[in-house]
Amino acid sequence: MSAVNVLSGTSTLLYKEVLRFWKVSFQTVAAPVLTAILYLLIFGHVLEDHVKVFGSVGYTSFLIPGLVMMSVLQNAFANSSSSLIQSKITGNLVFLLVAPLSHWAWFLAYVGASIVRGAVVGAGVMIATVWFAPLHLANPLWIAVFGLAGAAMMGALGLIAGLWAEKFDQIAAFQNFVIMPMTFLSGVFYSVGSLPPFWKAVSHLNPFFYMIDGFRHGFFGVSDVSPWTSLAVVGGSLIVVCALCVHLLRVGYKIRH
Amino acid sequence: MPVTLPAISFRNVAKTYSGARGAIKALDDVSFDIHAGEFFGLLGPNGAGKTTLISILAGLARASGGTVKVLGHDVVTDYAAARRSLGIVPQELVFDPFFSVREALRIQSGYFGVRHDKKANDAWIDELLANLGLADKADANMRQLSGGMKRRVLVAQALVHRPPVIVLDEPTAGVDVELRQTLWQFVARLNREGHTVLLTTHYLEEAEALCGRLAMLKQGRIVALDRTSALLAGTASTMLRFKMDAPLPASLAAQSRVTGRIVQITAHDAHEVETILGVLRAAGCQPEDLEIGRADLEDVFLEIMNGPPRTISQVRVAV
Repeated sequence: MSAVNVLSGTSTLLYKEVLRFWKVSFQTVAAPVLTAILYLLIFGHVLEDHVKVFGSVGYTSFLIPGLVMMSVLQNAFANSSSSLIQSKITGNLVFLLVAPLSHWAWFLAYVGASIVRGAVVGAGVMIATVWFAPLHLANPLWIAVFGLAGAAMMGALGLIAGLWAEKFDQIAAFQNFVIMPMTFLSGVFYSVGSLPPFWKAVSHLNPFFYMIDGFRHGFFGVSDVSPWTSLAVVGGSLIVVCALCVHLLRVGYKIRH
Repeated sequence: MPVTLPAISFRNVAKTYSGARGAIKALDDVSFDIHAGEFFGLLGPNGAGKTTLISILAGLARASGGTVKVLGHDVVTDYAAARRSLGIVPQELVFDPFFSVREALRIQSGYFGVRHDKKANDAWIDELLANLGLADKADANMRQLSGGMKRRVLVAQALVHRPPVIVLDEPTAGVDVELRQTLWQFVARLNREGHTVLLTTHYLEEAEALCGRLAMLKQGRIVALDRTSALLAGTASTMLRFKMDAPLPASLAAQSRVTGRIVQITAHDAHEVETILGVLRAAGCQPEDLEIGRADLEDVFLEIMNGPPRTISQVRVAV
């Protein structure tokens, strides 16, 4: 198979996955942006005058990057997991299974589309919320690195969940009982530094905390832990999740019998 | 003299599923070749292993043993080349509800790496749409199409990368006469142009009319493999047909095929015909519209399927 054919197959699957979520963008983009705005309005209204973070950062300013990253992570996961489980249950995955696409093509396309959706929703949340509080970019490179790594990891995790699940309930359970608690307890709404020692230690076991903290460092130049520590944890987690995902695709886990 | 590769080659293919009641053999030592340019039929009752064999060919399932090749390309070790040579029309009526017909075809062709020549590819998509009666549905969403139209799109998706080998897994199940005619005319044309066609179907009159050679599967094993004409000539060549309201005499019931009032009984020669009529007269039966005709593929199929188990040496094989 020529390189042109390989690239065409991968790029077509990426295009199809992006087109899929874009065709229902009211549900896949507008809805999470609205949810993030509501979080900002409610938590910002309640806490803005009572909480300062990292010494001088206002609560609403602190909250915005957390909401952006939370939206990136949740939507990156939702994109690959929902697409795969829908295709499995409706049976149209057969169109992909009979195509000469390698497991790498599947991986790159599904994870790539998750990154695109995460970026689109994240940008939407940023554009919609940036008017509520002053925000500056201390180090845009950290923002890009953690945004990209976080979306890629969640895209790969969504792909694993989509391969494993046999019904929509299982994906919903994965989302509600794993992804949601880990994102909510990762410091999106608070600084982990403000927690009691036990819960602080527990938070440090959550890889999502490092994604949020490193991403936030890009805005404020300060964070709960060093961005290099966060990069090491996020990078390590990304490698493990991607390796597992590629392995499952290579053996055709639950898709080739 | 150059050696021509078989379009499809099955060698000692086995497939075992493990279930709650232990291992189930879906395929057992299946070996045969389908030659380039053939219109080949794969027949068998439900659960015989036809779809399992096609799933292994398409890469949807993995064989427990043996090898399958498409134009010399192993479907496991050289899967990309094998799949590029294959166009599969799946049995299930599946579709992607997010896309229009044209989008679905463009995407499918892209998976096979033919989108880099967009102009030629779009012209082929237009030709497919026209030949399958889908031209006015090109921009309709897949959800808006009737079952028959969705079936046509499945055929178009299988052909969109111009595969030399086409596999049709019960493509006319539950579709109307018009679609059958359109589909068979188009597939027959592709076969005349050099495409190899592998067809599975429960409509035996279709298989008899279209397939030059047939294989029959029973409980995962090949029980017949021959030219269609040879199968028809070699098995019970005469069929006694009549209509009757009364029940058949017990001595004839076991060897008869009864559909409503229509009774069909295999008779190998004139003496056997006379014996059957004698039994009917002795029982006081009054057969109507009596006729004697040649056995069709359905008769051959039933005789083979209802016959005693065969060893591999008894299987009629002509390659």
